[in-house]
Amino acid sequence: MSKEDEKGMSLIVKTITRLTVGLILLYGLYIVFHGHGSPGGGFTGGVIIALSFIHLMLAYGKEVAFRKLSEAAASFFVSLGAILFLAIALLGFTGGYFFLNFIPKGEPFRLFSAGIIPLCDIAIGLIVGAGLFAIFVALVSLKLEPERKE
Amino acid sequence: MIDLYVLLIFMIIGAIIAIEVKDLLSSVVAVGAVGLGLVVALLILKAPDVAITQLVVEILCLIILIRATLKKDLPFSTSGRWVLNSVITIGFIAVFLLAAWKCLRELPEFGYPTMKVASTYLKEGFSETGATNLVGSVILDYRAYDTLGEATILFAAVIGVLAIVRRIGRIKRGEIVEEDDE
Repeated sequence: MSKEDEKGMSLIVKTITRLTVGLILLYGLYIVFHGHGSPGGGFTGGVIIALSFIHLMLAYGKEVAFRKLSEAAASFFVSLGAILFLAIALLGFTGGYFFLNFIPKGEPFRLFSAGIIPLCDIAIGLIVGAGLFAIFVALVSLKLEPERKE
Repeated sequence: MIDLYVLLIFMIIGAIIAIEVKDLLSSVVAVGAVGLGLVVALLILKAPDVAITQLVVEILCLIILIRATLKKDLPFSTSGRWVLNSVITIGFIAVFLLAAWKCLRELPEFGYPTMKVASTYLKEGFSETGATNLVGSVILDYRAYDTLGEATILFAAVIGVLAIVRRIGRIKRGEIVEEDDE
């Protein structure tokens, strides 16, 4: 990203983006992983992750953002998150019923606690993060031609 | 409680400005002000989870709306029948206000008493799920079916958007493809 790209916004915006985009992504990951211990969760953290990629795309242009997360990769992550969430739900049948919390609870306030809740958070974070980025890319690159009436 | 009413009045004023102003960008900014007022209201009501979600979704929607409205001259529909429209609107507002007044009288007081299901969650949620965030334990353990449905809706929306507005299907034969600059 150090290379000077022609597209995108001005130098100030690019420098600030370079400094902050990693922190935004890290904060989104923190909210996803700590959804069972503090306010937040999969949906919120996923939106923040999507916002970090959108930030990159607005400041640097489409190519730089696609180098980090291409459109095909976004579709793949959406599908992966959905499959993961359903698989976690189905794995509950090993102990009895759908969505059974089959992993031991663990110590409270730790990262690895609360059974399947962090795993579900990660799956939802994948769906939301990649999905909202894909929707944004699709809506921005859509060009509506206004109908000209002579 | 008075700060909540101040916020509600602020949000109503913002919404009225959003529908009355002629410039689309100003309208989007007014909608954003309404959303941020809602964030503060949720924080006052002690719901930090919903407040964070509302904040980030509001920012995302604002970015999409600004990107969508910035460069385009969208047509306005200004018909001449404003008397009929106003009468119909006021009539519907009166009907719904009457219905809401009749229904809301029967509700218990705000936040009191705690409902039976909610008190069970509050009492046994931590020991049954091990999650210290009770909202997380409700949406991903007790009510995980709802979350599965929500994830399904989002997945279907993403697949639908990607299938409809993808680039390949829209290019007609013989048309020159030009890359738009972002």
